[in-house]
Amino acid sequence: MAHRTLDRLHRQFGDAIVAAHSQHGNETAQVAGSELLAVARLVRDDPGLLYNMAMDATAVDFLNKRPASERFEVIWHLYSRVHKTRLRLKVVVPESCPECDSLTPLWAGFNWHEREAWDLYGVRFIGHPKLQRILMYEEFKGHPLRKDYPVDGRQPLIPMRRVRDVPTQRQPPPELLNRP
Amino acid sequence: MSEHELLQSDVMITRREDAESWLRNTIEKASQQGINWSRKYSLFGYPFVTACCGMEYMSVSGPRYDIAQYGAEFPRFSPRQADLLWIVGTISQKQAPILRRVWQQMCDPKWVIAFGVCASTGGFYDNYCTVQGADMVIPVDVYIPGCPPRPEQVLDGLRMLMDKIQGERGRVMV
Repeated sequence: MAHRTLDRLHRQFGDAIVAAHSQHGNETAQVAGSELLAVARLVRDDPGLLYNMAMDATAVDFLNKRPASERFEVIWHLYSRVHKTRLRLKVVVPESCPECDSLTPLWAGFNWHEREAWDLYGVRFIGHPKLQRILMYEEFKGHPLRKDYPVDGRQPLIPMRRVRDVPTQRQPPPELLNRP
Repeated sequence: MSEHELLQSDVMITRREDAESWLRNTIEKASQQGINWSRKYSLFGYPFVTACCGMEYMSVSGPRYDIAQYGAEFPRFSPRQADLLWIVGTISQKQAPILRRVWQQMCDPKWVIAFGVCASTGGFYDNYCTVQGADMVIPVDVYIPGCPPRPEQVLDGLRMLMDKIQGERGRVMV
């Protein structure tokens, strides 16, 4: 029971399962990008697995923690309503070509999650039906949750007013200010 | 008696212009104060609620804290029928054009209250998507701090706005 999905994936795909672990019955498999769609189709359709519910999809930026060829990681969370088990699929995406296959054609529920990952991390999902920004506006340049994007890099849509600081009404007494 | 002699004499002159302007000033001052008085007790708010401060806004509008005692209980969900804009919650850069447009749709005289620390200064959201205070988009009359503010603070802010309205000059439209 504990490693049923991982055992199956190891048997079927061998080296395409780059890494795997299991914790508290929740299994995680890091998949080679080229085999992602085949793995996803198997875990969705195989009667012993039947991961038929899309829970979440997101990305992680490992800037300065991993080499540029492994900078991003895209993660999909799946749940099997039949077997009551959970599975996490991971794919490593390089900085130079941040692309991976989209799982939206297999689970329609990933549509907005993958759009969010594209919007905030700039990972392109091949095969996504409508890969557009979902949280930020179309005029926004860059991908704000990348670690090299400045945290206060604001891009206003309309000119901001120049606000004058209002002087405080009550000044603290001078002996309070001069206290060492 | 010529006009020059009249001006040199000790007779007190009441010029017609003086008398008229005194009368007009008195009436305008009285009517200004009367209009301000009626305005401050019948504020029609437009709640621009974007975040969690909205819960506190609901609490203020409810019977326990009873914003109706100040005559400001009636929310109008059309900016054209409102004269008080409550900015309740965080304003993101994506929201800023919408907020400005809502404010532009309101008829004069109009007032703005920034409800909570996010609407006042951006709060702790010093990040890529948050406007650092609604006053960077539109002018704000009263800022209510707090995350979220207590209903008592909100009522205090409303009273401050009412005092401001009572002291206003030059917003009478005749």
